[in-house]
Amino acid sequence: MSSKQGVLHLEKGPMQTKKSLSMPIWLKALIALLPALFFLLVFTIFPIFNTAFIAFVKDFYFQSGTGSFALASYLRQLDMHNNPDWWREYFAHIDPDIIFLQPVKPIIGFANFAYVLKDPLFRNALVNTAILTIISVPLTIMISLLLAVSLNSIKPLRATYQTIFFLPYVTNGIALGMVFNTIFSHEVGGIMNQLIQAFGGRPISWIRPLWSPAGTIPLSKFSLGFAITVQSIWSGLAFKILVFMAGLASIDKQYYDAARIDGSNRSTIFRRITVPLLSPQILYITITSFIGAFKAYQSVISIVGGGPIHFGGENRTMWITVVGYIYMNRNVEKNIPLAAAGSVVLLIVILFITLIQMQVSKKRVHY
Amino acid sequence: MTEKDKKVTEAVTLTAEEETKLSHIDDERFKPSYEIAKEYKTRAIIAKIITYTFLTLFALFMLLPFWFMISVSVKTPLEYQREVSTGLRLFTSSPSFVNFRIVLGANLKNPLRDMNEALLHIVETSPERSFIPYFVNTIIVAVVSTVFTIVTTVLASFAFARLEFKGKNFLFAILLATMMIPGEMMLITNIQTAKWLGWENTYRALIFVHGVSVFYIFYLRQTFQQIPNELFLAAKVDGYGEFSYLWRVMIPIGMPTIVTIIILNVMGSWNAYIWPTLIAQGYNPTIQKLFNYNHTMRLVSNGLMSTFTGQFASYDTVKIAASMIVSAPLLVVFIFFRKYIMSGVSRSGIKG
Repeated sequence: MSSKQGVLHLEKGPMQTKKSLSMPIWLKALIALLPALFFLLVFTIFPIFNTAFIAFVKDFYFQSGTGSFALASYLRQLDMHNNPDWWREYFAHIDPDIIFLQPVKPIIGFANFAYVLKDPLFRNALVNTAILTIISVPLTIMISLLLAVSLNSIKPLRATYQTIFFLPYVTNGIALGMVFNTIFSHEVGGIMNQLIQAFGGRPISWIRPLWSPAGTIPLSKFSLGFAITVQSIWSGLAFKILVFMAGLASIDKQYYDAARIDGSNRSTIFRRITVPLLSPQILYITITSFIGAFKAYQSVISIVGGGPIHFGGENRTMWITVVGYIYMNRNVEKNIPLAAAGSVVLLIVILFITLIQMQVSKKRVHY
Repeated sequence: MTEKDKKVTEAVTLTAEEETKLSHIDDERFKPSYEIAKEYKTRAIIAKIITYTFLTLFALFMLLPFWFMISVSVKTPLEYQREVSTGLRLFTSSPSFVNFRIVLGANLKNPLRDMNEALLHIVETSPERSFIPYFVNTIIVAVVSTVFTIVTTVLASFAFARLEFKGKNFLFAILLATMMIPGEMMLITNIQTAKWLGWENTYRALIFVHGVSVFYIFYLRQTFQQIPNELFLAAKVDGYGEFSYLWRVMIPIGMPTIVTIIILNVMGSWNAYIWPTLIAQGYNPTIQKLFNYNHTMRLVSNGLMSTFTGQFASYDTVKIAASMIVSAPLLVVFIFFRKYIMSGVSRSGIKG
């Protein structure tokens, strides 16, 4: 009893006094968190709410140079509406004769969403993105799964192959687009056109709408879509193979030995052991690739190569994607609310995809 | 046949009597075991051959664009023009560096041997064609933003992993939730915020706006949490405080993760395209004022896109040489830090 008291006394004695002299833990935590939290608050958390707010305000506009705070701008706009002479005061120092701006009373509601969802361009973007996603994601996942299983079954040269398959990941996206643009050249002597001619086809003007040489098939939605899909499969394999390899390495070899003793053949082993035991990785890859594919943007503009808002075709919107639509409208001051509404729709689509896949995974994924 | 095989054969070979008894059973199980073993061996060899063929074919498919990049960039513009109307060859007998000279703004020797007059005219009338300012900008942004990212990430993940304070889990959950939100949502407001701060065409906009990443904090926190608590208690007995424990114990142990974050961040700066396109379209105002010199604020990807769309739009060899110059540094980095990059990326799922 007495010895126990002695221990207690020791613990409470000098340690406590020393602790109370040093900084309290919460202050240390605050100091450590402050820099990261400050920047996250300003450039990550605030913009989410701000953009969501803009999406709901009809006829919202940022006035250049007066700030980015949607709520403040909204209140100022309301105020201006009440004062019909607002523009005289506001532009007094610039140009007293300025009359083209009319005070508009901003209304909170679903007007931007209604506009965006009716906009043929946005519908086009949704359909395009869905097509690209549905074609390229399952193909990429299947090919990378096959490659990962094959890689896992060999010993010599495995690291070499793995390095080769990973190269696209560390290559600049615009540079890749440029290379694929040249591979899919509209010229008769381009690599893809030579390949097609070797199989007896006619050369195709894959990407460029103009200057297609005589005798070639002109640009179509299919030809450009094909080029985009080949490029996105090619560059999408690297990451998926890597994740599948990590998953395969963690599967216990005993399962395979047991299956072999039972005389199972390769396809049975693949279907009954590899795929179920790899299902957490397959789920992860499926979710991230669907989200990634739905945010497709750079893969289109880099292969078309006409700048940040050229999506192919003569009217420049042939393969416009949802993200492309957002950037296109963000570039025009009065369309910013449309861009904001588009980004909210994108968020909803992404959440929806994730939710569906989580539901499916409850039945199919074995942890 | 070895001695062992002979013995096995003798043991398994059936007498004539046994053969007739068992002749009605036609089953694989009654085959001599060495035959089965042989069959399995040949099957395994065939499977190996198929696997290696499949992998090699795909490896060639993966390497083709790189080989294409190298072989086209060393053709002269004239040679390429001649070949592309008949049939492009993936080899060249006399490699030339004229495209790289054009892209890097070096002097040309005997230019009319390699290119037509139209291209020469473009080269001579565009003094700002050099890629070097883009490289300078990208290196500055990559270095400073990496230092900034590492400092903030280490401190924040230290707080989340080591310190106990009220609302820690709640705060961390909020940060993780922001990872689900598409970046476009933040970008729409961030452009306006950066303009409001007067950060248009400055390094600040390129460094600080996307400088703190929730994913990096999450990633480093996981590493920090694996450090056993006993180490901290031992350090405390030795009289270390929390911050000196971070500096002397946690950072050295978490070094592989920190190196991975450094590499991923440099890759991100190198491949950044849309943010610099939107916020850095002109010349840096500070440099303009101080040195009376027009310095572009764009990064390598933007530079690449402008050769794509600009005067060199119809000269494929120049464009390919530019894309090779831009992608080569990262490929070299990858060769040296293969393990770090691959281990980091397999946990991330982000692409700059």
